[in-house]
Amino acid sequence: MKSTFSIVSEDSPWVLTRIANLISRRGYNIESLSVGRTEIPGRSRFTVVIEGEEEVYEQIRKQLSKLVEVIEVRNLTDEGGFVERWLTLIKVRATLEMRPHILQTAEIFRCRVVDLGSDAITLEVTGDRGKMSACLDALKPYGIIETAGSGQVALSRAGFKM
Amino acid sequence: MAKMNGAQMVIRALEDEGTTTVFGLPGGTVLHLYDALYDSTKLDHILMRHEQAASHAADGYARASGKVGVCIATSGPGATNLVTGIATANLDSSPIVAITGQVATSVIGTDAFQEADIMGGSIPFVKHSYQVRRVSDIQPTIHKAFHIARTGRPGPVLVDVPADIQKAVGNYTFSDELNLPGYDPETFFDMSALEEVAEVVKKAERPVIYCGGGVICSSAAGALTEFALKYKIPVTTTLLGKGGFPESHTSGLSLGMAGMHGHPAANRALINADVIIAIGTRFSSRTTGKLSAFGIKAKIVHIDIDAAEIDKCIKSDYWLIGDAKRVLAELRLAIGDKTANHDEWLKKLGDVRESEPMPREDLGDKIAPWRVLSTLHELTGGEFVATTEVGQNQMWAAQHLNIETPRRFISSGGLGTMGFGFPAAIGAAYGCKGLTTLAIAGDGSFMMNIQELDTCARYNIPVKVILMNNGCLGNVRQWQELFYNKRFSNTIYSRNPDYVKVAESMGVAGFRAQSANELRSVLEQTIAHNGPAVADIHIPMEAQVMPMVFPGDALENMVMK
Repeated sequence: MKSTFSIVSEDSPWVLTRIANLISRRGYNIESLSVGRTEIPGRSRFTVVIEGEEEVYEQIRKQLSKLVEVIEVRNLTDEGGFVERWLTLIKVRATLEMRPHILQTAEIFRCRVVDLGSDAITLEVTGDRGKMSACLDALKPYGIIETAGSGQVALSRAGFKM
Repeated sequence: MAKMNGAQMVIRALEDEGTTTVFGLPGGTVLHLYDALYDSTKLDHILMRHEQAASHAADGYARASGKVGVCIATSGPGATNLVTGIATANLDSSPIVAITGQVATSVIGTDAFQEADIMGGSIPFVKHSYQVRRVSDIQPTIHKAFHIARTGRPGPVLVDVPADIQKAVGNYTFSDELNLPGYDPETFFDMSALEEVAEVVKKAERPVIYCGGGVICSSAAGALTEFALKYKIPVTTTLLGKGGFPESHTSGLSLGMAGMHGHPAANRALINADVIIAIGTRFSSRTTGKLSAFGIKAKIVHIDIDAAEIDKCIKSDYWLIGDAKRVLAELRLAIGDKTANHDEWLKKLGDVRESEPMPREDLGDKIAPWRVLSTLHELTGGEFVATTEVGQNQMWAAQHLNIETPRRFISSGGLGTMGFGFPAAIGAAYGCKGLTTLAIAGDGSFMMNIQELDTCARYNIPVKVILMNNGCLGNVRQWQELFYNKRFSNTIYSRNPDYVKVAESMGVAGFRAQSANELRSVLEQTIAHNGPAVADIHIPMEAQVMPMVFPGDALENMVMK
C-alpha cells in the first residue's frame, strides 16, 4: 500500500539526504518526492509517497520525527482526508495536421499549452494521480516525446466543524 | 568578545562546554586546530596511534564518566577511520562529539587531497551532524552538538570543520542559544498509560524488571534499585544494562544478564513472568531470542525515552515515554505502597538458581575462563571499571564479572565492534581516574587495536589488559563447532605473537599465565603493577560460552553445555 507523508523540516542542505537515507534503509522505494518552501521562512515541506508494508509506516514516521532538523511528520494517508495535486509537463509529437486533435484532447483534461514548436507541443496538466495517468493514456497515441512530473504535493483537509 | 581564528574558536568552544580530555590524531586539515590546541591549558589531548581508537576512547570516556566524549581526526582517511567508533557509539547510545577536519570550502567536491564526504558517509551512523560553513557558526554549532549528543537518547554528533573556516578570523562570543525547532528533549515524555501500568504492576504475581542500557544513560540505577527493592521485583539486565542493579545484592533480586548467553534464572524469569517491565532497552535479538516467542505469557510494559523503540521489535501492551529516572519516580507514586505478594515467585526463581546454576566447569591444570573473571572480582573487591572486547571474552565477562554500580561495565553491545574494548578502556581510565581499569580481551579483538599499548606507555595510562588468549576467533569458532560441523574455516590463527614481548616492546609490562596455578599471582601482579600492564592468560581453545540459546531459537530452548 502507498502512503503519503508530509514532512516539515528546517531548510538545510543535508535534510533531504537524511530523509531519503532513512526511507531507503528499510528497502522502501520513494515513489514521489517534492520539496518546497513553506509560509514560514527557513522551513521546507516534503511530500513523500512511499510504497511498502503498512505496519512499518508508523515506525518510519517515528524515525523521521527523530531527525533533529525535522519539525513535524504526518502520515496523511493514515490520518484520513487530504488533498493532493500532481503537475506533469508532457511534450507530444504534433505535426500540423495532428495539432487540432491534440488540443482537443488537452481541452478535456484542462491542460494548458506551455510551449509550441514546429513538430511538438508541450502541455501542462494538474490534478490528482488518476487524472495524470488518464491524460497520459489519452495523449499516448499521438506520440509522447518526454514528460516531467512534479511528484505529489499534498495537504490535510481543513474539514468543517459539525 | 575576543578576536581569534576558527581553530582557536573550536578549542575555546570545547573548553566552554567543560571538555577536559580529547582523544585524537593530527593531519593536514587539522593543522590549525592542533596549532590552537598547543596553547590550550584546559584541554588534555591524548595522542592516539589510530583514529578508530580515538573514537572508541572518546566513547569509553563518555560511558565511564557520563560526560560527552570528544575525538578529533583529520579529513579523508582520518575521518573515515572514526566511522566505526561513531557507529558503535550510535548503536549503544553513547554521547560523543567527533570533530573532523575537512578540505577548504573552495575545493569541497573536487576530490581534493584527503577529501572524503564524511557528512554523507556518516549520516546513517550519527544522531546528528554539522558542517560548519562560517566562522561565526563555530561556537553555536559546537554548543548544539554537545546538547544533542547528551540529551534525550544520547548519541554521536559529528562536526566537520573545513580548513579555511579554521583559518578565518572572527569574534568569539559564547552563546547558549540552541534554536533547534525540531529537537526538544522535554517533549520526549508521555505518561498517558501511567494509571494502567500502575494497575498492571500492582496486580502482577510474577513480575520481572528487564533493565537495559537506558537505565545507565539516564542515571536511573539508584531509582531502579529502590523501585525493585520496594516492590520486591527481580531484575534481569541486558548486556548494556549491567550495573543498573547491583548484581551481588543481598536481597537476591538480581537475576543477572538474560539472553543468548544469559543466566538460566534470568531467562526462566522472562519465560514465566506475567508482567515484564522493560526499561531503556530496544529488545535486541541477542537478549530476546526468537522474537515471536518472547514474553508470550506476559504483559509487556515498555519504558523508553525514544518513542521509535516502542513496538519496533516487540509489540508492548503498555508503554511510557520518558527518561527512566523520571518515569520510575512517577510510576512509584502511581503504584503507592502495595502490590501483590511475590514471595512464591521469588522462591521459584531462587530454586532455579540452585537447580540451574551458571555452568562453571573446572578444567584441571588449564585455566577456565570464568575463573579469570571471578578471581579479578575477588582481587579488586569489585572496585573497578571494566571494558570488554567482543566475542567469548565479552560473554564470559558478562556472565562471571558481577557489576555493582552503573558505568562500570563498558562493552560494544549493538555493533559488536572487535577492537573497541582496549581503546575504550583508555577513555574509561580518564573518565574515572584512580579506579582500576580492566580491559577484558580476547586475542582476536586485542590485535585489532593493539597499537594503543604505545599510547598507554606514553601517558602512563594504567589500563590492565586481561587477555584471554585462545589463539583463535573463539566465538566464531564456537559457532563453527556447533553449527558448521566443526569446519573451522579461518578462525584459528596459525601463529600468535608473544604478547608479553609485544607489550614490553611498547613500554608496557607483560605477565603470562599458562596453567591454573599461575593465574592468581599473574592477575595480582598485573593489578598491582604501577602503570599499564598486559596479562597474557592462556585459555583452552575448546572452551565454550555456555549456556547458550541458539540463534533464532526461543529462550526456553537454552542449552547448558
